[in-house]
Amino acid sequence: MHVELQTPPAPTPVWPMLRTLGTIATISGLLVVLADQLSQPMIADKQRLLTERRVFQMVPGAVSKRDFVVTPEGRLEAADSGASGDPVYAAYDADGQLKAVAILGTGSGYAGPVQVMFAYDPGCQCLVGSKVLKSNETPGFGDKLDFDPAFLKNFEALDARLNDEGTALANAIVTVKHGTKTEPWQIDAITGATISSRAMGKAANQAAQRAAPAIQRDLAKLTQPN
Amino acid sequence: MAEANQDGAKPTASTPLLTQEETLTADTFIRGLWKENPVFVMLLGMCPTLAVTNSTINALGMGLSTTFVLVFSGILVSLLRHWIPKQVRIASYIVIIATFVTLVDYAIQAISLELYSALGAFIQLIVVNCVILGRAESYASKQRVLPTIVNSLGTGVGFTLALLALGTVREILGQGTLLGIPLFGPDFQPWLVMILPPGGFFVLGAWLLLFNWRRLRLERRAKQSTGVLADAR
Repeated sequence: MHVELQTPPAPTPVWPMLRTLGTIATISGLLVVLADQLSQPMIADKQRLLTERRVFQMVPGAVSKRDFVVTPEGRLEAADSGASGDPVYAAYDADGQLKAVAILGTGSGYAGPVQVMFAYDPGCQCLVGSKVLKSNETPGFGDKLDFDPAFLKNFEALDARLNDEGTALANAIVTVKHGTKTEPWQIDAITGATISSRAMGKAANQAAQRAAPAIQRDLAKLTQPN
Repeated sequence: MAEANQDGAKPTASTPLLTQEETLTADTFIRGLWKENPVFVMLLGMCPTLAVTNSTINALGMGLSTTFVLVFSGILVSLLRHWIPKQVRIASYIVIIATFVTLVDYAIQAISLELYSALGAFIQLIVVNCVILGRAESYASKQRVLPTIVNSLGTGVGFTLALLALGTVREILGQGTLLGIPLFGPDFQPWLVMILPPGGFFVLGAWLLLFNWRRLRLERRAKQSTGVLADAR
């Protein structure tokens, strides 16, 4: 009688498997580390240029900028002093006069957070400009935040005065329905993009509440030359 | 005879399985552009195709990144093809692909942070793009290095062209611009839905319609001509 024997499966090649995966992982690790080392300075440089361009775009007439941070204790420190906190950027004109301070805020919009940079003028204690840094808002509606001329009028002089103690804004910045703006600290929403407009209001309020008291208290640090 | 002719004339969309080493010809490159176009014929890599083709520059960035990963992962897979045991081949390919995707990720950040934020997570997601894993499994793991480079380059250029076909149409219709330059003047009312996610499906559908209509027409013509030949006999 002829019995057909099933051939046993080939044994798993443990050593070649380990050798191959080990080699590939080593090559891959080396390449990634190399790329990281090479690209870090370039990326940091790009980041700096991008921030600078955005600040100069938002503050007309600005030609130089200095970086500061608002520490969690509410103090303003130079960014290169080693202190950590939320970054703010002081923008100066050609004569070295402080034009405005760029401050950052985030508000949640229709499709995730909206990150905005605002120009804060310590002289008039108001917000004088805005630029959306990052948002996923619907094109054609939410992205009007940067272009709609009527909406941008809100940021010609949006009131951000401090209270008498100088610890917070006297009036929180809020977004109101289109056409119902009555106070200088209110933002007139865009029709059809109310949620995005509200995100902008929240971002403005957050940015000003955090940075304005520190800027006003340590204003001397900003105005004194390098 | 007529039947054999019919079969021979029928354009097949499926990839022929290459079991022996291919000699380098022009077809090695051109196949990826047309007959085996990853997007319009093989329908692979649909996720980046739909997601990042809302502007020409995004489509170009994604296409070139994918091409880079395709070529370099192909080279490494092809070089190591005799050393990779088949039990761990997918794991090996994924690690190799992921390495080159990480390099692209750093490179794009170093070149343009705006492009980097526009492409978002889709750069990292190139790792799981079927086009690349498919090339590694069905071509690079069986062929010599030079044909692999040429074939991967062809597939990459085919993928880039397909993304550009979607990206330019969507940008022109949805924003009225090409590479950011306005085309129609200030009175143009942009067809917004085209740069929103549904627009991706519309434009892809329209392109596929065009390609399939053309393919069917060619098939019908071929059938008619062989029919005439058979009658003549």
